[in-house]
Amino acid sequence: MQKTIEAPVAAVAPVTQPPAPRPPLETPQLAVEALDFSFWYGQTRALDGISLRIPERKVTALIGPSGCGKSTFLRSINRMNDLIPGVRHDGDIRLRGDSVYAAGQDVVHLRKRVGMVFQKSNPFPKSIYDNVAYGARVNGIARGRRELDETVERSLRQAALWDEVKDRLDRSALGLSGGQQQRLCIARALAVQPQVLLMDEPASALDPIATQKIEELIYELKDEYTIVIVTHNMQQAARVSDLTAFFYMGDLVEVGRTDAMFTNPREERTEAYITGRFG
Amino acid sequence: MSAPTLQPAGGPGMDAVRSAAPALGWRDRRRRTTSFVMLALTGVAAVLTVIPLLLILFHLLRAGLSSISANFFTHVPVPVGEAGGGIGNSLLGTVMLVVLAGTMGLPIAIGAGMYLAEAQGSRVANTVRFVTDVMNGIPSIVIGIFVWAWVVVTMGHFSAFAGGVALAIMLIPMVTRTTEEMVRLVPRELKEGGLALGFTRWRTALGIVLPAARSGILTGVLIALARIAGETAPLLFTAFGNPFWEWRLGQPVDALPVRIFYYAISPYEEWHRLAWAGSLLLIALVLAVSLAARFLIRSPYRGR
Repeated sequence: MQKTIEAPVAAVAPVTQPPAPRPPLETPQLAVEALDFSFWYGQTRALDGISLRIPERKVTALIGPSGCGKSTFLRSINRMNDLIPGVRHDGDIRLRGDSVYAAGQDVVHLRKRVGMVFQKSNPFPKSIYDNVAYGARVNGIARGRRELDETVERSLRQAALWDEVKDRLDRSALGLSGGQQQRLCIARALAVQPQVLLMDEPASALDPIATQKIEELIYELKDEYTIVIVTHNMQQAARVSDLTAFFYMGDLVEVGRTDAMFTNPREERTEAYITGRFG
Repeated sequence: MSAPTLQPAGGPGMDAVRSAAPALGWRDRRRRTTSFVMLALTGVAAVLTVIPLLLILFHLLRAGLSSISANFFTHVPVPVGEAGGGIGNSLLGTVMLVVLAGTMGLPIAIGAGMYLAEAQGSRVANTVRFVTDVMNGIPSIVIGIFVWAWVVVTMGHFSAFAGGVALAIMLIPMVTRTTEEMVRLVPRELKEGGLALGFTRWRTALGIVLPAARSGILTGVLIALARIAGETAPLLFTAFGNPFWEWRLGQPVDALPVRIFYYAISPYEEWHRLAWAGSLLLIALVLAVSLAARFLIRSPYRGR
């Protein structure tokens, strides 16, 4: 698991700015790309022309005060907002180049490619095993008992939960602690082998120790997965993410490398927010 | 009590607190008294609610228990004047009718309830919800007459099937609404969790939301089945009643409440006793189902 070459994270500036010159061979592939994406709830505009490029195998944090649109943007990537009546959008989001909002896009297929972990852990009222196996079986990732067993074990190991639950896989998932439930939800999402993992404040309902476990997990997972995380916790964003995008009142104010953003923000509003002057 | 306490329990400090409380004016005393009286009245009302059930049970036990024997469950009615006889055929008929109504009504009712919960706010859902509420209020005798006109007249004779249809029509609106309520109680996050995994809407609804609402729906189903098991009016012109063993769906069958009705309006002392015993049996069944439903409620939201 040693990685000697750290891919540079160059392709993260808003597309309105010319991308920084970079060596062609090390160009990180784009996992998600928003193109002038706007979103409305009824008459209320929640997102105003967002253009954002999210590279593969990096953790991208979306930060900003409540109501700034960061969760709306996250839920636009796998079209969870479709469930809300009276919404509409403009512009497009691309997932590895495929339009998410194209007329022919099948939402169910799209959501197989984009895993999601919610603010409130939501394990199904089933056994621990079935929670992980259900999605894998339905989506045809694993067939037959042995393949399913392997998938369940691998996913639970990836979610750093295996050792805690391996002796009680047939027990109800609702008997797990809050932090364990959240890691189970991560395992459940990983079992479907998504290309992108969306996390909507995954640790906001957890105690500090459970939060730390989730953060360590995110750090582990970025070797293999592209992660987009919404967080209210600035320290968390600083700890886990490679890139940070700052949203404010439906605008994408600034996006860049996390270390640069937190030490030397370009925009005054960013600085005001991360130093705690508002939000 | 040797351990040191943080606050002295009693002692001069406590007295000081007590004497510091302001004396109540007449207005405050009146408000207090009013509150006490109203609270007591609601308590009396609560006790009065329970009394009818206790009286019914007491009376049924006194009047009916002596007639209950093994024969009571296994024999068919005998002509007036003969000793013995039972209501085995009525029990069988009631079971047949309830199973028939459940088979026909429950899939429709649960499906409709899930639709109502899924399609919140749509015009179809609102209309269906209103209609089920109206159906819940239709007098059962009217349903009986309607089924007589449409099923009995068409088939040319009374039948268990017709009785089952009548009871199913009663069952559907009850179970539809409880299913809807129970499905709506399932957290939205659970549904989103399924959809986010790439499940279709129907798989999310059937595989995740419905199992999560299972115990509540089951409770509603049991209560509704107990309700229709005790119905008389819709069966009078559909299942009609039958003093003999009958298990064919196309033939008239007996039912416990119908048998009670015929016996109770008869002029014979022996039949009156059997009517009491039948009533006791019916209420025991309803009580058993209610208890089962309570047991189900107690373990909500558990996986296997």
